[in-house]
Amino acid sequence: MSEIQTYSMNFGPQHPAAHGVLRLVLEMDGETIVHADPHIGLLHRGTEKLAESKPYNQSIGYMDRLDYVSMMCNEHAYVLAIEELLGLEIPLRAKYIRTMFDEITRIMNHLMWVGTHGLDLGAMTLFLYAFRERELLIDCYEAVSGSRMHATYYRPGGVYRDLPEQMAKFKQTKWTKGKDLTRLNEWRQGSLLDYLEAFTDDFLDRVDDYETLLTDNRIWKQRTVGIGVVSPERALQLGFTGPMLRGSGIAWDLRKKQPYAAYDKVKFSVPVGKTGDCYDRYLVRIEEMRQSNSIIQQCVKWLRANPGHVNSPDHKVTAPPRELMKDDMEAMIHHFKLFSEGYCIPAGETYAAIEHPKGEFGCYLVSDGANKPFRVHLRAPGFAHLAAMQEMVEGHMLADVVAVIGTQDIVFGEIDR
Amino acid sequence: MMAKQKNPLASALADFFSSDRAQNIVVNHGQVSMDVSAEHWQDVARELRDEDRFSFEQMIDLCGMDYLSWGEAEWDTNSVSHSGFSRGVAGQGPGRFDWSKRPQEVFARKSHPARFAVVVQLLSVKHNFRLRIRCFAEDDQLPILPSLVEVWSSANWYEREVFDLFGVAFEGHPDLRRLLTDYGFVGHPFRKDFPLIGNVALSYDEDLQRVVYKPVEIEPRVLVPRVIRADARTQADFSANSGEGKK
Repeated sequence: MSEIQTYSMNFGPQHPAAHGVLRLVLEMDGETIVHADPHIGLLHRGTEKLAESKPYNQSIGYMDRLDYVSMMCNEHAYVLAIEELLGLEIPLRAKYIRTMFDEITRIMNHLMWVGTHGLDLGAMTLFLYAFRERELLIDCYEAVSGSRMHATYYRPGGVYRDLPEQMAKFKQTKWTKGKDLTRLNEWRQGSLLDYLEAFTDDFLDRVDDYETLLTDNRIWKQRTVGIGVVSPERALQLGFTGPMLRGSGIAWDLRKKQPYAAYDKVKFSVPVGKTGDCYDRYLVRIEEMRQSNSIIQQCVKWLRANPGHVNSPDHKVTAPPRELMKDDMEAMIHHFKLFSEGYCIPAGETYAAIEHPKGEFGCYLVSDGANKPFRVHLRAPGFAHLAAMQEMVEGHMLADVVAVIGTQDIVFGEIDR
Repeated sequence: MMAKQKNPLASALADFFSSDRAQNIVVNHGQVSMDVSAEHWQDVARELRDEDRFSFEQMIDLCGMDYLSWGEAEWDTNSVSHSGFSRGVAGQGPGRFDWSKRPQEVFARKSHPARFAVVVQLLSVKHNFRLRIRCFAEDDQLPILPSLVEVWSSANWYEREVFDLFGVAFEGHPDLRRLLTDYGFVGHPFRKDFPLIGNVALSYDEDLQRVVYKPVEIEPRVLVPRVIRADARTQADFSANSGEGKK
């Protein structure tokens, strides 16, 4: 009797379900996975090394480009690490703004995730719905930073500037006019906070819409229930964080356990899964969107009632107001020094971690006293998740690999760094 | 540093581990860190995981460190300069040299017990605290450390990454291959003496009809010099990090 030979299959790096540039070398026995070996690094840009040659503030923009679907959360970990080393206290309003934008980012990330994950598993419609709402949130990014994606909005000492009083409106063109234009501009009559209020009032219905498409869908359940099961013990061992850990039934959320920004002042609950399969992780993320929605509402309410500064008054670290620079020598010097040399950070090391939409995003920052970091190490949640690929897909079918890649919510910007 | 040891975790660690196994237990910015000697690296890690009062179930992060050129600046801030701005332009800090011009004399100075170290961030979900442990690799030329894969599975890829980027080998690692760099890459790019511009560049060769590696042609270009200012606000406390201030 001749033995059945396994064969190797190359999955990616140019494959729409590989979520970027994942090259997966699969050892197959028929259609069953015997061994999966992810090859990563195709998007490696050496962010950590680049940061060593630049003053601290100039690397904030690199952080956006790590996980490029949840930009501001990456910045948050980096600026938190800097603030911790400097011992810098930031205004409460800035903390609320950061909390709000972290949650906007979380919804954006989960919308992207639910859209592409659905698309991978054959649910085309959802993709279009999710991106429709995501577009509305990207407008919030644009309103505060001028950029749709790579915002560089968080700065050590606070945020770049206060929330705009006026939301940008669509202009009439050959294609958008009449009723369309009125509908598009309906929420945009007031400030950013008004816009967000309108969005959050509407968004819960939208999440319900997504659920009607997937949650009880027979095909969706066949593709996700019982796929990629991770026990809580293994999830801890493998360094899982975020929804991947919570999907396995461990109620761990840094926003609750080690609160930063204004998370200790807002109310929300942490959804937890039971079985640790793809379906549970799907339910966890869907519920997280609802919780984020509620946090945004609380932040909007607080921010309306409490105007104030959004930046630390320490102009060694934050830029002085432009009006002040016109006739104040001191402010002029501060501005010049900040944007040329930057600021020196006392020697020391710190690890700042935040609850990123994908898990724990950490920044290990080491300073030797210079105006540039001695070493920056970025702990990307997706890195640990992807490392567990072999364990999660072994014994599954080829089609389930796609489900597992989707459920891990991997983005190569952060994994390859 | 003893005065700062009010942290319950720090005192529990000092209690539990003898000084030949763990040194330099400090609390900075509310975070506990500790140095572990290479020979005890594995068993200290195992005890940190299994011992009930620590129970660090999760290894959140592992990263490499290269302490070469620690505390070197390009801009003299102590005396008045007569050389003007050019002193900042001619610096030899990170990113400002290519392979042939890497500053050997700067790299000969020593600031830490060894050049390479591995830093691990641990998290205890049970007790909700964190710990940072560090281990120096004794040999600067051929840095080798015991692997932690058997203690925490997540160490697998992290150690591959450190091996790839820093050239630290891990004894007992089941699958020590390069992870992030290109197939057939030469060198360890995150070492401080590896130029920021790299050594080779990829391009398409019209005659050979394929992609080829060529020596890198771009000039190193870093605009801002590296400055260390020792004014009152940034009073440096090097003892916490140098590894010399034994507890």
